[in-house]
Amino acid sequence: MSDIGVDRWVEESGDRHEQYSGWTAPARRLFDSIRPGWRLGGFVFLLALFPILAPQGTVRVGITALLLVMLALGLNVVVGWAGLLDLGYVAFYGFGAYFYAIVASDQLPAHWPSWIAIPVIVVATALLGALLSLPSRRLVGDYLAIMTLFFAQVFVELVRNFQRLPGISPDFDLTGGPNGITGVTPWSLFGFEFNTFNRNFYLLLALLVLLVVGLHNIDNSRTGRAWRALREDTLAAEHMTTPVNRLKMLAFAVGAAIAGLTGTIFASVQVGVFPNNFLLVFLITIYAALILGGIGSIPGAVVGAIVVAFAPELLRNPGTGSWLFYIGLVAILVGTLKKWSLVAGIVAGVAAFGFLVRQTALTIWDDSILGVANDTFVARIVDGWLLILGQHQDVVANYAFVLTVVGGLGVTVTKGWWRAVVAIPTIYLAILVWENKLALQPAVTRQLLFGGVLMVMMAVRPQGILGTRRVEIT
Amino acid sequence: MENFLQQTVNGLTLGSVYALLALGYSMVYGVLKFLNFAHGEVYMFGAFAGYGVLTVLGGPSALMVPVWAAVALMFVASMAVASGIGLALERFAYRPLRNASRLAPLISAIGASFFLQAAALLLFSANSRSYEAPELIPIDTAMTVGPIDVWAVRILVIVTAVVLMILLTWWVQRSRVGKAVRAVSFDSEAAAMMGIDVDRVIVVTFLIGSALAGVGGVMVGLVFGRIFHLMGFVAGLKAFTAAVVGGIGSIPGAMLGGLLIGFAEAYTTAYISSTFQNLIVFALLITFLLIRPSGFLGRPELAKV
Repeated sequence: MSDIGVDRWVEESGDRHEQYSGWTAPARRLFDSIRPGWRLGGFVFLLALFPILAPQGTVRVGITALLLVMLALGLNVVVGWAGLLDLGYVAFYGFGAYFYAIVASDQLPAHWPSWIAIPVIVVATALLGALLSLPSRRLVGDYLAIMTLFFAQVFVELVRNFQRLPGISPDFDLTGGPNGITGVTPWSLFGFEFNTFNRNFYLLLALLVLLVVGLHNIDNSRTGRAWRALREDTLAAEHMTTPVNRLKMLAFAVGAAIAGLTGTIFASVQVGVFPNNFLLVFLITIYAALILGGIGSIPGAVVGAIVVAFAPELLRNPGTGSWLFYIGLVAILVGTLKKWSLVAGIVAGVAAFGFLVRQTALTIWDDSILGVANDTFVARIVDGWLLILGQHQDVVANYAFVLTVVGGLGVTVTKGWWRAVVAIPTIYLAILVWENKLALQPAVTRQLLFGGVLMVMMAVRPQGILGTRRVEIT
Repeated sequence: MENFLQQTVNGLTLGSVYALLALGYSMVYGVLKFLNFAHGEVYMFGAFAGYGVLTVLGGPSALMVPVWAAVALMFVASMAVASGIGLALERFAYRPLRNASRLAPLISAIGASFFLQAAALLLFSANSRSYEAPELIPIDTAMTVGPIDVWAVRILVIVTAVVLMILLTWWVQRSRVGKAVRAVSFDSEAAAMMGIDVDRVIVVTFLIGSALAGVGGVMVGLVFGRIFHLMGFVAGLKAFTAAVVGGIGSIPGAMLGGLLIGFAEAYTTAYISSTFQNLIVFALLITFLLIRPSGFLGRPELAKV
């Protein structure tokens, strides 16, 4: 019935999309009915408005978001399509950034013009990626993952201690050690210098369009199909005469090249590079973006990266962070309970529990244990209900945090009424921890969030927000 | 010569810790064929549990109980906390993904590792703590071995590690559950058909592996002093390298690999460069993965269709 060489999976994708269910189904069908070109066009149009409409100072955040989008797209090639768990990805990004910073600053006497530096760096990063993929010829998932993770670690160490390398003169500090490199010349093409945030934003947007179109075409090409075959079953693919090793190397090289290119822009926007830009934290951020959006899907990588880039910005300020927290809490409740009466019951339960705890605590001790509430709208409302602690705030919040985690795990294994019995104190404790500790430490909150996202998404929705569920054939 | 012997003792101490950690990686890999990235964090929490006990007992200089009791309690507490976290990881992060795609548990494990790191940062802040072991067990309580003096704490660490490894070997070779662990790691499907409760074996493996990691955490605290929320990451990488060098899935291999990595690190620090010890271990890992992926004592894995 089908021609040889036609991808049945692609052919039948229309039928599968008919199977959407739930309240998001109409929206998703509508989304699918738009042609990919129009989808991209509309999206780019919306993004292009961002620097015009966004409040002052947030263009910088937009740039961070677009950088993350590019990185997530590159990672998607290696992890999403070829199925190779590359944990050294952030090192390619760092390599590109450092390479650009070195050739475009006073570190070396030679200032390379951008039109030479950028292609050279992209090719060099691709070669480095290909080199790192060599062990993948013999290694399966886990080994490859840990080896690349080690590579990322060693990269940061080399950059930090370059001048201590044996055989290198202590005066020759190519990477600037822990202080990094400053005074990097921004990108400059055809006499046009990308030295403002707005210009860089549109530069990134243009590159993003090229990248998305290019990747979309690769995805639907022979190579894209071969990568998918490789991901599903390497052994079978090899027996179908797919050149497995070459494809793995290509995936690594393409991913690395994208990361390297993004790195050059990062160095140019930041006008400097520092070893701490390329730590594990950032790798996890890229992974969280890709997995949240949907691994293996281009729109997924884009949307996931935008969400992940903006969430920490909201967290940074306790006011907006609180909105995010409480809306997230309600969204989780609504999403899991699916019935308004149950949601109302739980909320009432939490409120009653809160009053009970506060009254008990104030009877045993006195008002002196209370501290000052955060200066946010919601915090002032819950102040008369929650325990905002003065002294011992840290210790109590620590215990509350541990209990929240235990309670959260407990909710997943209890059923029926017991679940409500566990959930009500857990929600109360979560709010307690938020107001007493997390709201004040946005960096840690972000880490907890991203680590949690990876775990929860894998368990609940491995295909991400926009991905389609993969059929596992065993 | 004296320096060399000192470094050998140093390597032996480090190696004992890496071996204990590598055992956890290796055993879990054996039964689940999957790499528990969060193992290093389990070890870190073990170290903090030991510190917690020490603080509750009045701190190293004003202990309320005899020193030996304090140290024993620290080990017990670290084992309890570490195995608790290990079991929670198994139950909530890995078990739901038993039948998912190959990447899913790995990604979940990375997430768990990162979550635990952040949790430690939240709970203990970024400041490093110190066991201040020299106040606990004075530095001059030393045993003379040949031309050098070895601090009692180092001897304690090495002896504890050796005893634990002997117990583990005996347990795996002789006991009923130990045999089940070996059967599952040889072929889990066949083991299940023979009536072995695979889930229970996995739980036991996590329990023991994590408890060993917790012990390792306290040992590091005792010998090297400083503990901090990021200590598990690099130690985990090195212990994994140890497991690979020895042959992943093999219990004696993990011990051998741990000692080798310990020696490699001690001698590199002493004679080559203290900054690039991680680079050396990394080079070792690459070499082994390329030349002999099954390690010293592992059996080569055959791809079956």
